[in-house]
Amino acid sequence: MLELRKDIFADERDDNLKEIGKPTQRQDMLGHVTGTSPYFNDHMLQGMLHLKVVRSTHSHARLRRIDTSEAERAQGVRRIIRGADVPVNLNTLLSLINFGKDDEPSLAVDKVRYKGEPIVAIVADSEREAFEAIAKVKIDYEPLATVFDVEDALKPGAPVVNEVYPRNTFTYHETYDRQQLRFGDADRALATADHVLEQRYQMSPIEHAPTETNGSIAAPDTNGRYIVYTSTQALFFSVDTCAKILDVPSNTFHFIGGTVGGGFGGKVDTLTEPLCILGAMLTGRPVRYVFGREEEMQYGPPRGAERIYIKDGVMRDGRIVARNIRAYFDSGAYTRLSSYAAVKCAAHLPGPYTIPNVHGDVYCVFTNRTPATAMRGFGVTAMDFAIECQMDKLAHLVGMDPMEFRILNAYRDGDMKAHRREAKNTALIECVQVAAEKAKWPIREEFRRMSSRKDGGGARAAIPATPPESHAPVAAPSQQRTTYDRAPVATREPPPPPPPPSSPTPPRPNAPSHGATRFSSVFGTRRR
Amino acid sequence: MTRHRGRGIASINYPIGMNLGGDPSQALVHSNPSGKFTVALSSIDLGQGMKSVTRQICAETLGVPVEDVYVDTADSDTGPHCMGSFASRGTHRVGNAVMAAAREARGVMMEAAAEELEVNAADLETDGRGNIHVKGAPHRSISTKDVAIAAQFKQGKTISGRGIFLVPLSNVDPETGEMSPATCYAHACMVAEVEVDDETGEVAMVRMDSAYELGRALNPRLVEQQLVGGAWMGVSHALYETPEPYYPDPSHGPRDFVEYLMPGPGDICPHDIAVLERPAPDGPFGAKGPGEMCANPVLPAVANAIFNAVGVRIDDLPITPEKVLRAIKAQGGARPQARR
Repeated sequence: MLELRKDIFADERDDNLKEIGKPTQRQDMLGHVTGTSPYFNDHMLQGMLHLKVVRSTHSHARLRRIDTSEAERAQGVRRIIRGADVPVNLNTLLSLINFGKDDEPSLAVDKVRYKGEPIVAIVADSEREAFEAIAKVKIDYEPLATVFDVEDALKPGAPVVNEVYPRNTFTYHETYDRQQLRFGDADRALATADHVLEQRYQMSPIEHAPTETNGSIAAPDTNGRYIVYTSTQALFFSVDTCAKILDVPSNTFHFIGGTVGGGFGGKVDTLTEPLCILGAMLTGRPVRYVFGREEEMQYGPPRGAERIYIKDGVMRDGRIVARNIRAYFDSGAYTRLSSYAAVKCAAHLPGPYTIPNVHGDVYCVFTNRTPATAMRGFGVTAMDFAIECQMDKLAHLVGMDPMEFRILNAYRDGDMKAHRREAKNTALIECVQVAAEKAKWPIREEFRRMSSRKDGGGARAAIPATPPESHAPVAAPSQQRTTYDRAPVATREPPPPPPPPSSPTPPRPNAPSHGATRFSSVFGTRRR
Repeated sequence: MTRHRGRGIASINYPIGMNLGGDPSQALVHSNPSGKFTVALSSIDLGQGMKSVTRQICAETLGVPVEDVYVDTADSDTGPHCMGSFASRGTHRVGNAVMAAAREARGVMMEAAAEELEVNAADLETDGRGNIHVKGAPHRSISTKDVAIAAQFKQGKTISGRGIFLVPLSNVDPETGEMSPATCYAHACMVAEVEVDDETGEVAMVRMDSAYELGRALNPRLVEQQLVGGAWMGVSHALYETPEPYYPDPSHGPRDFVEYLMPGPGDICPHDIAVLERPAPDGPFGAKGPGEMCANPVLPAVANAIFNAVGVRIDDLPITPEKVLRAIKAQGGARPQARR
C-alpha cells in the first residue's frame, strides 16, 4: 500500500500538473501482458547460427595449448573463433570515458584468471552442435596459485591476478591504490570519544537474476552494416564497446534494443555482442549468442562482494564525532565497473549523517573470481548495510532509541558533507519521522519537531582542519611482469577451508560509561 | 522452540546519477501532421517504466494529452545518445532531456498556433486536452492537430525539439576525495519486523513500514512497483541470495533457481509505504529517482530486527538460518531485546 504524504514539503511544490503525478498505465503494458512485446530473442532469422563459448575450468592457469582440431570437424560447426581472431582483444568498459586501463580480453590468450573465462567461441548450426563441439576442444592448463580473499590479495607475495594491475588493486589518479576521503582529523577525534566501536562487515556477491538472460543476435545488413538485437542496458555504451573491440566505425552497427527482461546492472558489460557480431562477420550469417542460466549465474558478472571495516567514535549524548572506514571491493579478475563503484562509495561516506571527522579508504581489489559489475545500489548497498548495522550498535551502546539516534545525527540543509559539498534538499529526518509514525514507533516530541530545514549550517557548514598526510606513492613492483605471472608456481592451492561460523560479539551494556570505552571485534586487522 | 519477534530500522540516502566522465542524455521530440508526437530515445526500458515516465514528462511539457505522445526507444539509428539505464539516472537525466526537447517543440507549436489565430504566442496556453487557446478567451481556440497540419503544409515549420541534459564531469581530489558526485539525493527509512525461530534459525518477515522521499512521484504506480519490488530484492539479499555461499571460497555455486534461493510467494509480508516529495531543484518536475535505493535500507533493517528479536548480530550476508542458529547457540540461547 502506498500513501502520498503531500502535506510534507507542500510549500516547495505546485501540485497543479495535468499528466505528472497520475497513475497512467504504462505505454507497453498491453504488449507485455499479451506476450507480444518484442525482446531481442524474439528475432528468429533465416539461417541463424548459434554461438557458445568454451569456458575455463580453472580459476587461474596458463594456457599451454588449445587444440580445436577435433571440434572444427564436428558436425554443424561453421567457425571456431580464437583470441587471435578478435581485432582488439583487450578492453576495459570505462575506457570509453577514459577511466582505467584495458585489462580484459574477449577470449583468453595465454592465461585464464577466473573459472568460466571464455577461451574459444564456437559458431554452429544449432546450440546442441555448438555444445557437442565444445566437448571436443582440448585445453592444456598449467594451474597457477589462486587468490580469492581481498585482503590476502593485498599481501606481499600474493599471486598476481591481472598483470595490468600487478599489485592486485586498481590504480587511482595514476598513483593511488585506493580512493581516499579525508575530512577533519578522525584519529584525534577517536582518541577523545567516549566510546569507540570497530566492526567488520561482509557483503556477499549477488546474482542479478533477470528473467531474460544476457544475449544478442547479430546479422549482416545491407551496405556492409550489421543489425544487432540486444538486451543491453546501455545502447551506445555497447555500440562503442563493440566498435572498439571489432575495430570498425560505430555506424557499422544498427543496434536495436530498449525492451529488456530485467537488468539490475547485469546488462551493461556488453558480454555477448562483440563475439556475436564477430561471428556474423566471419560467417556472413545471423548469429545468436545467449547465456544459459548457469552461465548467467556463475560466469555472468555478479554484484561484487565487499568487506568493510568501520571504526566510530561516539559521545555519551549520542553525537558521532568520528568515522573511519576501510572498504575492499572484490572486483574479480577484471575491472569492469568496480573501479567506479569505489569512487561512488567514497563520496557516499559517512552515510546521511553529519560527522565532523571522516576518514575513508576504498580499494578495488582483483581476485581469481568471475568479474563483478554494477548492480542496483552500486557502491552503496553494502556500505549502507554496514553503516546502518553500525548505527544500531552505536545507539545500543549509548542507550538511545535507534530512531532518535539517527535523527540526532542526520544531515540537514546547509551542513558540509565529507566530500566537501554543502548538503541541500535533504529529507532524512522527515523520512525517519514518517516511518516512525507508520510503524507506531514512539519517538519523543523534540525529535518529532526536528526538521531537515532547521538548525543545519552554521558551525556545521565548516570544512574542518584536515591534517596533511605524508603519502608515499605506490612503488613500481620490484618484479617486472609482462604477459603473465612467472612466479614459480606448479600446483594449484588447495581450496581454503569453509569459513568459521560468525561469532557475533554482544555490544557493550547500556549503562552509562565513565571514561573512554574501547571496544573492538576486529583484531589483527592490517593497518594501512 | 520459541519464535521471537523483533523490529529494526535503517535510514539512508542515495545519489541520483553517475559522477564519472560526465553524464549526458539526449532526446528528440517531433510531431506528425496529425499533432501526434514521437519521442526518440536510445534509453532502455528494463521494465521500470522508462517509456512511460518520459511519455508523461513530454505530454506535460507540451501541454497535450498523454495519448498523443509515443516514446520510441532504443534504436541507435534513430535515438540520440544516452549513457544508459543505470545509476538511478533514467528519470532525472533522460527526463530532463525530454523536457528540454519538448519545450523547444512546444515553442514552435505555439508560434504556429499564434500565426493561425493571429495573436501573439505569449498570449496562448494549452488546455492539456489537445487544444491551444487565447488566455482568458477559451473560444479563440485551435486544436493541436490543426496546428500541426498548418505548420507542416502551410507554414513550413517543423514542430520538433532537441534536448540534452548533461551533468559535467566532476574531478575527484585524490587526497581528500573532494568531488561533486551527484546533484540530488533521495532518502528513505525502513522499519522491518521479523520473527526468528530459535530452534531452526529461520527468519520470517512479518511486516515492513517505510518512508521514501523521491523528489516527486511522477507516476505513483510506477513508484509503487519499484518500492515494493525493490524491498523484496532487499529482503532477498539480506536473508537468501548469493552465488557464492562459502565466499571467499568460490565452491558450491548455484546454477539455477533450484539452488539459488530467493523468497517465494509464501514469504511475502505486508509493506506499508509513505512517499514524501521534496522536489529536486534540477529534477524534471522535481523528480529524483526511486530505482536503486529502495532495496538498500531493507538489508540493515532486517539485520537489526534479528538482533532485536534474539540478541545476535550477523554482520555477514546473507543471514542464513545456519548463521543465526550458530550465533544463538554461541551466546547460550536467544536473548530478546526490549520490544519496540
